[in-house]
Formats: sequence, C-alpha cells, structure tokens
Amino acid sequence: MPEKLTVHDPRGYPPQVTGKPLAPRLQSLEGRTLYLVDCLFDNSDAFVDQMHAWFAEHMPGVDVRRIKPRESWVDDPEMCAAIQQDGDAAVLAVGL
Amino acid sequence: MFARLARSVARANGMPTTRQAFVPQPVVGRSTDELRAYVDGEDPVNGGAFMQRVIEGLTHPLQDEDLDGVSFDRSAPRLLDADTEDGLQRLFMQERWTDFLPVVMPTEQRVAAMLGGTSRKPDEIVGRMRPTAFREFWEFTVEKVAVNAVMAGASPEYLPVILAAMSSGMTARSSSTTSFATIAMVNGPIRNEIGMNSGIGAFGPYNHANATIGRAFGLASQNLQGGSTPNETYMGSQGNSYAYSAAFAENEERSPWTPFHVQHGFDAGTSAVSVFFGGWYTQFGTIRDDTWEERFRVQMRASDPFSGPLVALDPLAANKLVDYGFDTREKLVEWLSENSVRPAREYWDNQWMQTLVRPWAVLGQEPFAGYLDAAPDDELRTYRPQDISVAVVGGETGGTYKMIGGALRETIVSVDDWR
Repeated sequence: MPEKLTVHDPRGYPPQVTGKPLAPRLQSLEGRTLYLVDCLFDNSDAFVDQMHAWFAEHMPGVDVRRIKPRESWVDDPEMCAAIQQDGDAAVLAVGL
Repeated sequence: MFARLARSVARANGMPTTRQAFVPQPVVGRSTDELRAYVDGEDPVNGGAFMQRVIEGLTHPLQDEDLDGVSFDRSAPRLLDADTEDGLQRLFMQERWTDFLPVVMPTEQRVAAMLGGTSRKPDEIVGRMRPTAFREFWEFTVEKVAVNAVMAGASPEYLPVILAAMSSGMTARSSSTTSFATIAMVNGPIRNEIGMNSGIGAFGPYNHANATIGRAFGLASQNLQGGSTPNETYMGSQGNSYAYSAAFAENEERSPWTPFHVQHGFDAGTSAVSVFFGGWYTQFGTIRDDTWEERFRVQMRASDPFSGPLVALDPLAANKLVDYGFDTREKLVEWLSENSVRPAREYWDNQWMQTLVRPWAVLGQEPFAGYLDAAPDDELRTYRPQDISVAVVGGETGGTYKMIGGALRETIVSVDDWR
C-alpha cells in the first residue's frame, strides 16, 4: 500500500467576493442619453464608430455620446463622474 | 474567445449576471465595413442579433439574482487531504498548479525546511499579485512562496531570491494575449553564495539554482495570483518557453562595467534581483568590427517598439565594446537609444503602441506627444534610455550577445531584505 502524504495547498489568498447589484435598467432608450465608452484597445474607436452609426440609423431618438478614459486599463474617476452626471446608460466597448 | 474570461471577471467582481454582448474576434485590424458587419450581425456566444442583445441588456427588467449579486469565499484549507504521491501529482496537474512537469510535493517537512532559508515569519505577507490589470489581487505569505519553491525543486538557500522576485509584484504569468514571460537577473554576493551560474550556459539548463529559482518564480506567480488557466486567467496566444524558467546571474567578475544593480543605486556589497517583463523576442549576434553598428541598428528596429530590450552581452562582447569607447554601461545604453530609430508609420502601426502609448501621447506625455504629428517617414527614436537594459552574462566561449524583449519597470528588489 503506497504511503499517503499530507501536503500544503499551493494557492494564494483570494479576496472575499461581495455581491453587488446591477444598475437599474431603463424602460426604453428613447430620449435618453447613452454613453459609448471606448476602452482604448487598438481599433475600438473604429468599432464604437460603427455602433454609433447604428444608433443614428435605427434609433435616432437616443442621444448617443462617445467618451474614453484618459489611459488604458486605469480607472478614470472623471470619466465615470461625467457618465453618472449626464448619462442614463453606458456600454463599454470593445476588446481585442 | 474571451467569453469565459469576461464571465469570470464579472463573477469575481460579485456581478455574475453583468450583461454582456459579443461580436466575432478579432476587432484589431478589421476594416470599417467588417466592423459594421459585426455590429449588424449575430452575437456568436449568446445567439441573436448583437445590437438586440445590447439594447435588451440596457432595458430588460432586472431579476432578483441581478439585484443580489453573488458573495463567496474562495479561501482553502492550509493542507490538502492526504493522498499517495501519484494521486497528488495527478491532482496538482488537474488543478493546474504545475507547469505540467513533475513537481516536488510540498510536504510539511519540506516546507518547514524551506522556511529555514529565511528569517522572515511564515505568516508574513510578502505581497499581492494578479495576472493582469483588470483582475483582482491575491495576497500571499512567506509560507505560500516556500510551498511553491519546494514544488519547483529549489533549495532553502535560494528562498530569499525567490521571495524578493515575488515581492516585486511583477507576475511571471501575465495573462496578456502577447505571451509575456518574466526574466530574473541576480546581482551581488548571493549569486556565488548559492552557486548561481553567470558563465557558460547561464540561460540554461545547466545550473540547479538558476533552473529552480526561475521555475519557482513562475509556479509561485501562477498559484499565488489566482491561477494561469487558458481562456480564463491566461490568454497568451502562443505561450512562451521562457515561462518555464528564466533566471540567471550577472557575470560581475568578468564584466568591464559596474554591476547592473549598482548602476541602479544599490551598493556593490548588497544583493538584488532585477525583474524584466517581456520575453517577446530574442535576437542573437556577435560583435564584428565592421558591422556591429549596423547590426545593432537593424536589431533595434526589429525589436517590438512597446517592449524595450534587455541586451545580454557575453563578457567578450562587452569588452569589445569597451574597445570602441563604451567604457561605461550608460554610454552604451545612450548609444542604443539614439540609434533605435524607425519611421513613424511603423512606430504607430502596432497594437500596443495604439492601445497603451497613444493615450499617453494624447495626454501630452513626452516624447510620445511629439510623435503624434510626425510624418509617416519621419524617423522616431523608439526607446528612451530607461527602456533599455544592458547586462553581462556568459562564459567567454564566444563574443556573442542576445537581445531579449524585457522591460525593467522599476522592479529591482533587495534580496538581503528577505534573508
């Protein structure tokens, strides 16, 4: 019968995950201000252009605004504050 | 390709039902028409029209699970259930706690012996690490680093070097699509105290300390940061063989220059580990009287503009460069910087220059801001002096050098603090 070993778990200590509610949803986008957040990945501005164009063609009653953070992968409190103050909804786009 | 990762990040932030819509991949390099087709097309992950999914995500009523989020605790017991050696090897592989080579089982006895390599307490926090900027930090102690050092086959006297590398916070298991590796260079007295190799075959695989320190840095990074699992916490498209093990010592004894860590403010009598984040490319050369300048210029231009080079010179090559007037390392770095030129069209036609450097330029950060208005054929200096590192390593069997992608991001750490 092979000997049994007791060994250490090699994993680090994860942070506790605390549930957060999603932001309230809108009943409709009509007449509302929607921010398209360009996350600055290469070519994401071109992708966001096309989303913007889609809204202009299909949902012209939505006030669509473009915004981008100051730097890639760094929180931008000013941008978030602007969206919270002036926006009703936001879409973050896009990855690689 | 990124759906599992996106869901994993949402869950780790306590919002697993975050609304997500997907377009085909890649977005990079796609034309306006192709991107418009993405927008008009189907969501390849969830099904249905992509824009319909976006609009529903913004307007459909929330359910109870959306309002509650998810709270959970991922902490694990200190010890695993007892099992046979074979059973534990299988478990470690299944859980992706290895590099898929056999590991030394971290028994209590072995870990206790490893901890004898430092005066630090086992429960002392060494640092925090994460695979990329948008993941959560995990924390780790001296004991946890020791566990991974055992797994890598390291000896207790190597532990201060491994602890120092881990305390840098620079992961050796970045999740980047570009397949980073992290290369560690050791300077100072500890190199010889623990028998590291800075001579023949220093890059490997010919020395126990070099091999196991580099491996321990990798295993500890993946296990202590919350994993390195493809499609979730690792997205490197091609992977990187440097990631198995990449640690070496500088050949201070045969170098014509002051040691690397002294150049960066440490005393010669202290020991330090320098951590280079890169491993994207490796070029080779020899120093020839008539063509060395041309060769360096070509190789600098062939190097990725986002990832400055670590130029690792055999002592024969370094001494040859002294003959050409580079009597200090700084003079060589300055020359390399001045000669690292490429046309603006090539400089900016790069995914990471666009993603990371262009925003700095737009914010006015020099020299990048001044490059924004360059004409396509204007020659731009690619690397600032601080983007280039020069090291001396090798056994003088050839006047060779390697140019390896590896940026030093202010990550030189004292080893003596971890003895």
